[in-house]
Amino acid sequence: MDVNLIFKIAAIGIVIAVLNNVLIRSGREEMAMMTTLTGIVVVLMMVISLISKLFDTVRTMFQL
Amino acid sequence: MDIMQIVALGIIGAIMATILKEYKPEYAIQLSIVAGLVIFISILGKFNQVLEVLKGYAIKADIDILYFSTILKIVGIAYITEFGAQICRDAGESSIATKVELAGKVLIMAIAVPIYAALFDIILKIMP
Repeated sequence: MDVNLIFKIAAIGIVIAVLNNVLIRSGREEMAMMTTLTGIVVVLMMVISLISKLFDTVRTMFQL
Repeated sequence: MDIMQIVALGIIGAIMATILKEYKPEYAIQLSIVAGLVIFISILGKFNQVLEVLKGYAIKADIDILYFSTILKIVGIAYITEFGAQICRDAGESSIATKVELAGKVLIMAIAVPIYAALFDIILKIMP
């Protein structure tokens, strides 16, 4: 039961949103784009391990 | 795992997803995926116990293990399909969700073929 992951993703999302706003206001759109992309990749890495765990457990449980 | 904890987790996840959706919708989707996964993984243990009991009775009643494992497979496919389709629908891609559901239905039909075959064999045997 890793509830921490939910809070982590929410925190990352808020931080990235703030960073994005600051970077756009200071006129660095390409940097803002890069931060958004990096944040998405980081979160995706966390989510993918959980999804693979789900698939493994379902596959073993239902003998798929 | 208490039901209260699961409900609280769902409510917290929903609130955070709604807050995130305003600023970054892509994170809201991933957050909802994780909330669903955490809840499902936490109930898997209980479900496994029930499954063991059912399997024990199926063996005791001398039911062909093929039928039982087919039903299990169908339940697994249905759950995974529903999960993926629901995520696609949350992300606003209902056409992809429909295709995922179609694939799940076709796969379930393909897995159930031995049962159809047994049924048709019995019907053919009864018919003069």
